[in-house]
Parts: sequence; structure tokens; C-alpha cells
Amino acid sequence: MSLVTEFSATPLPPRENRLLAALPLVVILAVAYLAVPLLANEYLIEAILLPFLALSLAGLGLNLLTGYAGQVSLGSAAFMAVGAFAAFNFDLRLGLPLPASMLLAAVAAAAIGLVFGLPSLRLRGFYLAVSTLAAQFFVQWALNKFGWFSNGSASGIIAAPAIGIAGLPLSGPVGRYLFALVTVTAITFLLHRIVNGPQGVNLIAVRDNETAARVIGVPVLRTKLFAFALSSAIIGIAGVIWAFAYLRTVEPAGFNLDRSFQILFIVIIGGLATIRGAFLGAGLIVVFPLVLSRLTGLFFDGVADPGTIELLERIALGTVIILFLIAEPSGLSAILSRLKRRLAAPRAG
Amino acid sequence: MTSALLRAHPAAHPVRDRTEAQALPKGETRAATGAVLALEAVSLGFGGIKALTAVSLDVKAGEIRAVIGPNGAGKSSLINVISGLYQADAGEIRFGAQRFRAVPPQRLAVLGVARTFQNLALFPALTVAENILSGLVFQRRSGVLGHLLSLPAARREQARQNGQVRKVAERLHLTAALDRKVGTLPYGLQKRVELARALVAEPRLLLLDEPMAGMTATEKAEMAGFVRQARDASGLSVILIEHDIGVVMGLSDHIAVLDHGVKIADGTPDQVRRDPEVIRAYLGAEAA
Amino acid sequence: MDWFTFLFAVEVAIGGLLSGVMYALVAIGFVLIYKTSGVLNFAQGAMVLFAALTFVSLTEMGLPFAGALVLTLLAMTLLGITVERAVLRPLANRSPMTLFMATLGLSYILEGLAQLLWGTQVHRLDLGISNDPFEVAGIFISTFDLVAAAIAGAMVAVLTAFFRFTRTGLAFRAVADDQFAALAVGLRLDRIWIAVWTAAGVVALVAGLLWGARLGVQFSLSLVVLKALPVLVLGGFDSVLGAIVAGLLIGATEKLAEVYLGPFVGGGIEGWFAYAVALVVLLVRPSGLFGQKLVERF
Repeated sequence: MSLVTEFSATPLPPRENRLLAALPLVVILAVAYLAVPLLANEYLIEAILLPFLALSLAGLGLNLLTGYAGQVSLGSAAFMAVGAFAAFNFDLRLGLPLPASMLLAAVAAAAIGLVFGLPSLRLRGFYLAVSTLAAQFFVQWALNKFGWFSNGSASGIIAAPAIGIAGLPLSGPVGRYLFALVTVTAITFLLHRIVNGPQGVNLIAVRDNETAARVIGVPVLRTKLFAFALSSAIIGIAGVIWAFAYLRTVEPAGFNLDRSFQILFIVIIGGLATIRGAFLGAGLIVVFPLVLSRLTGLFFDGVADPGTIELLERIALGTVIILFLIAEPSGLSAILSRLKRRLAAPRAG
Repeated sequence: MTSALLRAHPAAHPVRDRTEAQALPKGETRAATGAVLALEAVSLGFGGIKALTAVSLDVKAGEIRAVIGPNGAGKSSLINVISGLYQADAGEIRFGAQRFRAVPPQRLAVLGVARTFQNLALFPALTVAENILSGLVFQRRSGVLGHLLSLPAARREQARQNGQVRKVAERLHLTAALDRKVGTLPYGLQKRVELARALVAEPRLLLLDEPMAGMTATEKAEMAGFVRQARDASGLSVILIEHDIGVVMGLSDHIAVLDHGVKIADGTPDQVRRDPEVIRAYLGAEAA
Repeated sequence: MDWFTFLFAVEVAIGGLLSGVMYALVAIGFVLIYKTSGVLNFAQGAMVLFAALTFVSLTEMGLPFAGALVLTLLAMTLLGITVERAVLRPLANRSPMTLFMATLGLSYILEGLAQLLWGTQVHRLDLGISNDPFEVAGIFISTFDLVAAAIAGAMVAVLTAFFRFTRTGLAFRAVADDQFAALAVGLRLDRIWIAVWTAAGVVALVAGLLWGARLGVQFSLSLVVLKALPVLVLGGFDSVLGAIVAGLLIGATEKLAEVYLGPFVGGGIEGWFAYAVALVVLLVRPSGLFGQKLVERF
């Protein structure tokens, strides 16, 4: 009698199937927590895994704002900078333990994020995107201009304090890696709970149809500001990891517009509004230049100068972005889903 | 027309404290004015073009009131003014005892008003269940933290709201589609999901902007059944904009007719059918 | 305020207005593309770099001015065609934000390509315009800036005439008004897009030459996009007049702020001041000074 007959009710997957579905995650976590610390060499950790973790986290933060809440931001790196410098100052001036200064840094980034998120209550689309650039330039300027932020360092570059938690020194590569890994795992878990809970419905409702959301009583303003605050907090913590665990220096220069674009590219390539997309995108962005320089090394017999490689990298990155937008706008995440279905299909059939 | 509508009001009187008014029990607010919704001389213009001219309308509890008229008569504008998406240039809108010049759209749901849109306004990336659930967001008390910590109150609320979603889904025969992404559903079904989202919070007033546009005759009959059933079950009032005169005549208790932003008739289906003004507006000079 | 400080303020404001002309020039390239295809072209800055670098490298290879100009125009046309084929056509009917991000990618490609082809060093560009300031009633004005303003003004006049009086201009406006209607009456969207991207390329070339003659032709030319964005936001994405007025406004306020406000906060505020001005104005008028305000239908 009705259209409903077109659908057969989908029963919940049996318990063993759900366990099977969680298997890849278990394997990934086992590798990350056990295999890597035991087996990985210093290069893998320092050059790939640490920037990967920091950028994944930044990607997660931006994906909350852009992917889930639909507000495009071109100023992510500013919030990384706020996080890094705030943590540095909380550590320096209050002598707080690292987790505490990191938490406070997240709060500071959230507060700045709220301020720059306020225009989103009136502006949409391009107008909002452009105004997020204000955050980028203002924060960078303030950090450069006021010596207080970098404790009067003449060059503006300061060594980050050594990492340690509760007397346990974590300043070696493995220690810093584990610190970053635990932080990223915890935040990913929290974010997963949030976007799949009631708040996730609000976020997507505001993104998909703001007017309808407002009329049915979704608190649009609060939802947008929540997205800005939480996204900035997460990106701020990514900044702490970037500066404290990866670079081990705190400097404004690394948090420039190119970094903001890089984070945006991570989200586009990985897949908007997915958790794993941030990790896939960050993986590609980190590994891509390394592969490219190896390749150019092969083609040019190792004579390509770093300047040329950097330009080639820029061209290739731009091309990859356009290709993804054209061919797979849902990003690597969608490609992975398709792969999984294809692998599962023969077994099911 | 009821006396409530004819009673004179000073042009610019202060809007009463809303929270106070809202604290009144439902019965009392209704009794105070006798109407769930009253529009008084509402006018709306877009830079010189008059969309609505001094339209007054009065909707009683449990009434299905159709608003019809030729294209561009101002029907959608009327609903948009009632739901606060457009702001009237003059006039007053009353829900029970609360009066507004400009209805705050973000408070519509709290006021007990729900609506659907002419062009579907669903959230395509969410499932049917989540779409319907979004109609209950305004009642939610527990916040993000409550959910993150799985506090008992948050869990209870979640379970209760899920129960409400299932109930309305069952009434509208949507149960089997609950876990489907709305964007993947056929059009007719999406329209029904939007109705479910509007009904889930049990509003006192439901605004339907062409709920049956683009549907087959069977689907239309089904939809009309759902609307009537909802009214009969909870005594809600309905404002219905619909082009299919057959459906309108069969479903509504009263019909208001708009033409060029002016209300030219208002009465029972039989009265309206015979009204010479209405015939002229619909058929043009030919009939006049 | 005594006479001298007043004169100084006027001088600062005029200097600001003249650099505002440059901002407007870049912003106009944006507006052309936005009006006809709804794309916010972030690559406009990269196009400025690409055009100026191509031109200056060709002259350095010994080509005469006119020859280099023709070849550069040819290159910009080629670019227009390529963009239409490789980016716009495959992305037709996609969201404006998707197209914007594609132009972000395009700017990366153009920046890389321009420097890969022509090198990363700074090129001096001499257009033969005197750089000496001259004095009017006690106020010093840069000759170069004035000539640049005149050239910019002439270009706007030509563009306006083109839109008003030519068939192609009419087609542009038709497409800007209603893409589907334009398609329905048989206008070829692909050709119009190529034409409009080429036109934006020409605007980019003029802007690149004028900026380049002032600052040297180098990578930083690409960053003029960051100057033009607040101008666009302020003027409205779809208004040439808005781009001009906003460009002048931002140029003047920026310079005045740098001189009178800068010392109190340590200077260097030109990086964000324009954005602050644009934001404040936007909060009052969400569609900019001259942008079209559309009635939303629900």
C-alpha cells in the first residue's frame, strides 16, 4: 500500500559481525601502541609519524567545523599557533604540568575560536571563509609583534620545554610519539562520540539546511559557536603536539597561511564529515612530498635541487586537490569504503 | 469571524513578557483568545511589491484551515510570516495569548508551531530517524557533557525521544525506512519524513506548505489521511496550502482565499465554492 | 591639528587611495569571474604572478614590449581555455565552495608552474614611467602611482564599454543574470567562460605589470590576492563599482591606520587591518557595500 514496501527492514548485524567490523581498528591500535614503539626507527617517528599525528588532529578539528558544521575556515593554523604559544606560556609562567597546560591551551584556543566564530552568526559562505583569514593574519601578527608571547626571544623562535608527565620523561622520539598518540586517540574517541550523538544531529542539520534547522528549534547560534570552539580547541592541541612533540620549537612562522591550506587539503582529500578522513588525508599529505622527492631523485638522477622539488610538489599538490574534487569529492574515505565493499563482496556472495 | 479578531488593538503595544506568557497552562492561553493562531491585518512588501495586504486570519483549535489562491497570491508569504522567516511590515501575529509583530523563528517550536516547506527542507545526510529526532532537539535538556559521560538523565532522555520518533514513524508508516539516509529516499517518502519531523513534538499548530506537491493521487490521499489522523489524535490545528482543490475541499474545515495578497474569501468549503469573487479570481475575466 | 599635519594626513590618504587603485584592479579580475560563473577565483593572485613573470621573462629574452605583450596575452588565453576544459567543465553544477577549493588548487599549480618556467629570482620591471614625486599645494604625489591609476581607470572604462556595447559583453551579462536562461537561448557557456577567464587574465596582466614595476616581479605578487579579498568582501563579490570604491576605501584607511594607529600597537598592521575593516562593515551589511541582496524563498 505504500512506498515502505520498497524497503526490507535491515536487522542489526549479529554480534560476531560487529566484532569483525571493529577488527581493523583493533589491529591499527595494536600496531600504533605496540609495534611502532618497539620496532620503528627514529626517522619513521620523527619525519612521518609525529607530523602525521599532529596534522591528523588538526584535520579532525577542521573537519568538525567544515565537514560536520559546514563552516569553511581558512585560518586553522592560527589556532594551532594559539595552542602552541598558550601551552608554552602556561608552562613557563605557571609551571603547570603538561596535561594541565595543554588543557588550558585548548581552552585559550577555544576562546579565540569563539571570537573569530562570531561573524558566522551573520555571514555565510565566501564572506565567512574570507573573514576567517582575519584570524590567520591577526594571530600571526600579534604573536610576532608582542615579545611577551615568546618570552622576549629575539628571533621569536623558542625551544619547547621537554615533555614529561608525572616525572616520567618523554622527551625521546618514542616518548614524544606515545604522548602524541595517546592525546590523538583520546580526542578522536571523544569526537567520535560527539558527532555520532545528539550534537552531531544538530551540526549536520545546521549544515544541510540552516533555515529548517532554525525553524524546528535546533539552536543554530549555539551549534555554530560550539563547532567553532571545539574545533579551535582540537586544532589548538594539534598545535601543542606540533610544537612540543614534533618540532620541539615554538615559532609563529610555521603556522602560516600555507599550513591553514594544508589542513584544509587534508580534509578535502581525506573526506569531509568523516573521522577517518582526517587520518587518511594527513597520511597522504605527509607521505606525498617524501615520495615525490624520491621519485624526482630517480628521474633527475638525484640532481634536482630542493627548490625545484618544492615547486614540483606545489604543482602536484594543486593537481591532486583538483583531481579529488572532480573524481572523488568524498575523498579517500569513500575510496576506502568502496575497497572494503569490494573485498567483502566475494565472501558474502 | 470571531470577536477576538474584531477587537481593536492599539497599533504599537508592547509585546508581553514571553516567558511569563509561556508559563500559562495551555488551556488557559487558548481560552484567553479562543484561537490558536490569529493574524491581524498583516501586511508584507518586498521593495514596492505588496505580497500581503492587511490579511486577517483566525484558526481555532482542531481546525484544518486551507489557504488557497492563484500563483503569486501570497500563500507561501503568509506561512513564512507566521513562521517568522519574513517579518511583517504591519499587523500582528498571535499564538494563543502571545503577540508578535515579528515572530522569532528560533522560538517557533517552543511556541508549539511546526511547519513543512514547499521545497523539502530535510537534512539529506542524516537518517530518517535522525531527521525526525531533530524535531525534538528544542526539548532536549541534557547537553554534550551529559551525553559524553552517559549520565542517566541524558540516557533516559535519549531513550524517551527515540521512543517518540518510533511512535510517529509507526503512525506515518516510516518504520522500515528509519535507518535509511533521507537523501536516498524517493520524493514522496521524503515529504512524509518532513511531516513526521513536524509532528514528532506534538505541536498545537502545523503549517503545511504544499505537502502534496508532485505526488501521485494515491500518495496524496495517503498524505491527507495522515494529516487528518494527526488532527483527530491530538486536536492540533493545521494551516494547509495546496493547489489540488479536490484535496483541499475534502480535507479542510475552512478555506481562506488569497488573491494578490488580499484575502477575498473565508468560509466553509461550500461557501467558498460558491463565492463569485473566488470564481473571478480563479477563472479571470471570462467568468466575471 | 595644524596645517602641516593636515597636509601630511592628506598626503597619506592620497598615497593610500593610489595603492587602493591597485587593490581594486586585482579585485576587478575576481568580480568578472564571479559575476559570470559564480566562482570565487582564489587563483587570481597566481594569475597576476603568472602574467607578470611571463611578460618580464619574455622582455628579458630580448623581445620588444609589444611582442612580449602579445605573447603573454596568448598565454593568458591558453590558460583560460585550459581552466575551462580541465577545471570548470568537469566541475559544472558543483557547489560554489567546491569550485573555490579547486581554484585554491589552481593557484598552487600556477605559482609552481610560473616559477618553474621562469625561475624564482626577483625581476626588475621598468615600464618607463617616472617614479619621482611631484608637488601640488604642498602635497607630494607619486607620478608612478598617478599614471598607474590612470591606466587602471582606462581599463575599467574599456571593460565597462565592452560590457555595455558589444555582443560578447551582452552575453556576459546574460549569463551573469541567469545561467539557465542564457543556456536556453543558445548562448555557449563554455565560450563565455573561456572569454571571461581570458579577460580576467588580461586584468591580471595589467595589475601584475603595475604592481611588478613597483615592487619587482616575484612570488609575493601572488599574495596580492590576500589584499583583494577584503576589498571584495567589502564591495560585494559581484560589483565592479563596489570593488573600486572598496579598494580605494581600504587603501586609504589602511595607510592612515598604519601611520596614526600603527605606532601604538607596534606597526605592521596592514596584514590584517583591511580584514578588520571589512568584517566591521559586513557585520552591519552582510552582503557588502554594493552586493546584491537577494530575497530568500522558502
